[in-house]
Amino acid sequence: MSKPYYDAADLRKFGKITEWSEELGTKFFDYYGKVFEEGALTAREKSLIALAVAHTEQCPYCIDAYTKDSLQRGVTKEEMMEAIHVGAAIKSGATLVHGVQMMNKVNKLDG
Amino acid sequence: MATKSLKKLGNDLAQSNKQIEILSNGIFKTGELPTFKDKISETSQFPIKAKKLEILQINVGYMCNQVCDHCHVDAGPDRKEIMTRDTMRQCLEVIKNSGAHTLDLTGGAPEMNPDFRWFVEEAAKVGIKDFIVRSNLTIIRANKKYYDLPDFFKKHNVHVVSSMPHWTRGKTDKQRGDGVFDKSIKALQELNAVGYGMPDSDLRLDLVYNPSGAFLPGDQEAMEKDFKKALMEDFGIEFHNLFAITNLPIARFLDYLIASENYEDYMYSLVEAYNPSAVENVMCTNTLSISWDGYLFDCDFNQMLELPVNSKSRHVSDFNEELLEGRNIVISQHCYGCTAGAGSSCQGIVA
Repeated sequence: MSKPYYDAADLRKFGKITEWSEELGTKFFDYYGKVFEEGALTAREKSLIALAVAHTEQCPYCIDAYTKDSLQRGVTKEEMMEAIHVGAAIKSGATLVHGVQMMNKVNKLDG
Repeated sequence: MATKSLKKLGNDLAQSNKQIEILSNGIFKTGELPTFKDKISETSQFPIKAKKLEILQINVGYMCNQVCDHCHVDAGPDRKEIMTRDTMRQCLEVIKNSGAHTLDLTGGAPEMNPDFRWFVEEAAKVGIKDFIVRSNLTIIRANKKYYDLPDFFKKHNVHVVSSMPHWTRGKTDKQRGDGVFDKSIKALQELNAVGYGMPDSDLRLDLVYNPSGAFLPGDQEAMEKDFKKALMEDFGIEFHNLFAITNLPIARFLDYLIASENYEDYMYSLVEAYNPSAVENVMCTNTLSISWDGYLFDCDFNQMLELPVNSKSRHVSDFNEELLEGRNIVISQHCYGCTAGAGSSCQGIVA
C-alpha cells in the first residue's frame, strides 16, 4: 500500500528541522514564536489570520495547528469559517483582478 | 449529549482500575511518551511532597442535575453517593483540629446534598473563614427550593466558583446540555443582583473555563478579557476572575478522548506543554480531598481514580495532620493535566 505524502504525526516533528541546520532552524523558530506573541494585534487575532492563510496556502499541518489554536483561544466555528472566507475572497479576487490584464491585452491585440 | 453516568451505563471506564490501566499502558508503556514520574524526575521534582495543609476540598456527593460531557466525577442525577450528616460531623472535627483555613465544597452539585446548608452553617461556627462552593449555576434555577441560594451564599460570604465553558450558547450547551446556557445566564444575573461579582464587592464570583473538546485552555488572562467583554455586552453580567482549567484524561473525558480517537494526540499535547515550574504549586501540595464517604485523597481526580493518600491516616475518622504533612503525592499520567502550560488547579493557573 502506498503511503500518503502527508502524515498528521509529522507536525509533531517540525522542531526536528533544526537538527540539520541548527542556526537557521533556531532563528526561524525564534522569529515564529515572536510573531505570534501578543502585540499591536492580540494573539487571538493572529491565530485567525494564521488560520485563513493556512487555508490559502493549503497547508494541512497549518490547518490542523491553527484550528486547534483557535479553539484554545475560544474562537467560535462561525468566526473560523468567516476568516476562511476572507482568505477565499482574496484568493478568488486575486484570480479575477488579473481579468483586467486579459482585457488590456485583448484591447491591445484585437481592439 | 449524555443523559446517564458511565456508571449507570455499565461502561468499563466507570471502573477506576480500568482508567489507570489505560493511563499506564499504550504510549507510556512503550516509552513513546515519558511517564509523569520520569518527567518530573528530569528536574529532580520526584517525589512531590505535601506541604502545610491549607484547603480542605470536600466532595459532598456525586449527584448532579447535569450530565456534562467531560465530567471527571462522572456525576449525574443517577449517582447516589451522598455524604451523610455523620460523615460531615467527622469533617467538622477535622476542620477544628487542622490548620486548614479554606473549605472548598464540590460534587456533583454540592447544593443537592440535603445537609449542604447545615454543613456550611456548622463549619462557619467552628471557624472556617473562607468558603468556596463549586456551583454549576443551573442548580439555582433547577427547583424552587434552590431559588434563595444566592441569599444563602451571601449570608455566609461564600466564594462562588462556577463553570462556564463559553460566552456563547452553542458551545456551552454542547458541553453541558440543552438550556444550560440560558439558565446559567439567569443565575449569574441573580448573583449579580445580590452583589456577587460586582467590582470592589467582597462577594467573590469567579468563573471556571474548561475547554469543550480535545484541546488545552488558552491564556487565562486573554480568555478572561474575552469572557468579560462578551458577558457584559450581551447580558450586563459582571464577575471577578476566570480560572482556565485543563481537562484531565479521566472518567467521561477519557471516554470521550478514546471514542473520538483523540487520546494519543491529547496526551502528546499535555506532555509537550509540560511546565516544570507548574509542578512547584500543584494544588495537591496544599489541599486535601475528602470523598463523600470520608476517605482522604491528594486531589479530587485521585479520588475518582480511587488512589488513596500515601499515609496511615486515610479517613476522616483517623485524620492526623502530622502524618499527612510531607507525604508523597500519589501520581499517574493524568497529573500532566495540572502541569501543562501555566498549570491548572481548581484555583486556575499556578505558574
